[in-house]
Amino acid sequence: MNNIVACIDGSASARCVTIAAAWASGRLDTRLLLLHVLERPSAPPAQDLSGAIGLGSREQLLEELTALDERREKLALEHGRHLLEDAEAIAVNAGARDVARKQRHGDLVGALRDLEEDTRLLVMGRLGEDHDIAAHTIGSHLESVVRSVHRPIMVVMREFVAPRQFMIAYDGSATASKALELVADSPLLAGLPCHLVTVGPVTAEQTRQIGQARDTLAEAGFDVTTATLEGEVQSALGQYHRDQGIDLMVMGAWGHSRIRQFFVGSNTTRMLSHSDITLLLLR
Amino acid sequence: MLATLKQEWFGNIRGDLLAGLVVALALIPEAIAFSIIAGVDPKVGLYASFCIAVVIAFTGGRPGMISAATGAMALLMITLVREHGLEYLLAATVLTGMLQILAGFLRLGSLMRFVSRSVVTGFVNALAILIFLAQIPELTGVTWHVYAMTATGLGIIYLFPLLPRVGKLIPSPLVCILSLTAVAILLQLDIRTVGDMGELPDTLPVFLWPDVPLNFATLTIIFPYAAALAVVGLLESMMTATIVDDLTDTESDKNRECKGQGIANIGAGLLGGMAGCAMIGQSVINVKSGGRGRLSCFAAGTFLLLMVVFLGDWLTRIPMAALVAVMIMVSIGTFSWDSIRNLRQHPLSSSIVMLATVVVVVGTHNLALGVLVGVLLAALFFANKISRFMLVKAADEGDGHRVYTVIGQVFFATADGFIAAFDFKEALERVTIDVSAAHFWDITSVSALDKVVIKFRREGAEVNLVGMNEASATIVDRFGVHDKPEAIASLMSGH
Repeated sequence: MNNIVACIDGSASARCVTIAAAWASGRLDTRLLLLHVLERPSAPPAQDLSGAIGLGSREQLLEELTALDERREKLALEHGRHLLEDAEAIAVNAGARDVARKQRHGDLVGALRDLEEDTRLLVMGRLGEDHDIAAHTIGSHLESVVRSVHRPIMVVMREFVAPRQFMIAYDGSATASKALELVADSPLLAGLPCHLVTVGPVTAEQTRQIGQARDTLAEAGFDVTTATLEGEVQSALGQYHRDQGIDLMVMGAWGHSRIRQFFVGSNTTRMLSHSDITLLLLR
Repeated sequence: MLATLKQEWFGNIRGDLLAGLVVALALIPEAIAFSIIAGVDPKVGLYASFCIAVVIAFTGGRPGMISAATGAMALLMITLVREHGLEYLLAATVLTGMLQILAGFLRLGSLMRFVSRSVVTGFVNALAILIFLAQIPELTGVTWHVYAMTATGLGIIYLFPLLPRVGKLIPSPLVCILSLTAVAILLQLDIRTVGDMGELPDTLPVFLWPDVPLNFATLTIIFPYAAALAVVGLLESMMTATIVDDLTDTESDKNRECKGQGIANIGAGLLGGMAGCAMIGQSVINVKSGGRGRLSCFAAGTFLLLMVVFLGDWLTRIPMAALVAVMIMVSIGTFSWDSIRNLRQHPLSSSIVMLATVVVVVGTHNLALGVLVGVLLAALFFANKISRFMLVKAADEGDGHRVYTVIGQVFFATADGFIAAFDFKEALERVTIDVSAAHFWDITSVSALDKVVIKFRREGAEVNLVGMNEASATIVDRFGVHDKPEAIASLMSGH
């Protein structure tokens, strides 16, 4: 639990990710680990459709494929090192004291899982290298990372500003309550004004839960404002943070089963693809 | 998980489809040729190839590997088909599948680690030789036309890819088959064609339960064949998976592959096909053509069936000479060329293991026997090498007292040497045997030590054993309790 892991790639969000991670590293007084994963493209490069194999074909093919991979990976390695060096400079500039760099081969999810033991917080951008920054989609990795890495994940959108106040999207579910406890225990957001927001209609049971939640947070020393919103979850939350000038939203990720999500969709997925403030996903 | 599945299927659509087409074109002649080896109609091999390729695309553990009807398996069924007929072959195929699934659940795929590199090379080479030998009947007692056509076919296969541009776009085996068929038809040559070899598929395969009595007698007939088929099928599949692993620098799930092969074979048996397994030559062709995902194997099977069913009439006119040329190519491509070049550099024992595997397989036409011999030989050579790591030092302490210090590995292969290292003829009053730096691996070594002690006692010497408890603690039969790194370290450091 002694690293803030920031996922760095060649995308536009790498800079914001670095700054966000540097901020978190300062708040938590934890080492910042800049991670770049060298993923191998699945599509093979050249094609030889002659279909003929002769003496030594297998050996020759192995030699050819190895040479191709070698050339490509060398370039990728070099490129990744530059990205990490740039990110390190940005992080130091942003006030990070303890910064480490790491490059791994393989796929991002696998690499993050290998590091999971030592990860306190994971920071990544919404979109990777393959996407246009304006697209309202989720990067190809984000969802699988959130699903398989059981650590808090901070998802940075277009820009990152150090939050002056934050909000918690609360629905009384088990995941949301767990998320709440994590926030109360962590120094990451300590001292910042907190908005405890629920999207109605609210049942009596939920009202009771909100009260409890408020008490938990207040006990932990937070200055809590509660609010109950009306309407469609994602747009109501969006409207609220714009009105209040909030820069970070905490939410429990995927409270429902995958089956339910498949049929009715998921608030988490919608928030991930449409939010324009930083999200802190807690599982 | 869903992402992995998507990646394995649709990560490389264009490459997989093109490669699947190339592979299908090469699979057709192979499936026909292997049916002929097994002594069944070509449709049995073609249905099998279709079914196995399509099913394994879903169930296999190695994306990008091609499985279908194979020569290694065909060679094992010859007598079954000759003596009992096709229906028993289908039943044996289903049973093969069941045995392979069982092997998958018992995780026998991991037993592959006992099959050394030399045995694998021997297996591959023997397979290549067998595929080549199976072509000989087509080349004996025929007119010169057949020789000329086969030679031309091979020429086309190997020279066509050298042409600029088109050479790498059109599969040369296809060019070979097309041009030889055209020549045979135009010149109206009276040579054997595929149509002479038996029935070709005219419909899509249908589900059929093998028409055999379900009793013990049937089981005793098919079980030996099914067992051999299951073993050879898994061996070749595991070896091919390793080759594809190496070529693509990715990993495979061997136990899933075992189960997948089993399911594919059950499917093949129920659709009127013969047992099959992964194919080394075809998998190399697939990777070379850019196939990487599951879709490539699926596409190969589907294209094969489409072409066979809709072009069946044309298929019957393909001269056997063209098939022979393609099969000779497969045989040459399967052969491990490196193994010949490495014969001189590799240790003699490795080369002997490799050659013994080849000789036994070619002699018996049974790849399982060859691998068994290879593995046994390799184990013997290994035991022999390890037996050099044993040393008995003798030191004279004066006053008729001698100290023997035993260092190293004492086991069945070193037991005799261990006993011979002591000088029982020396008149001694006291003997100390220090075994604290020795590893006693089995009962043979312990009884050898007993024998030494008794012999000294009978010569009137007083025997003092040092470190016996530690040494016997190293009789490691259940490695499970010692498999922590520190335990191994303490075991290896001589306690």
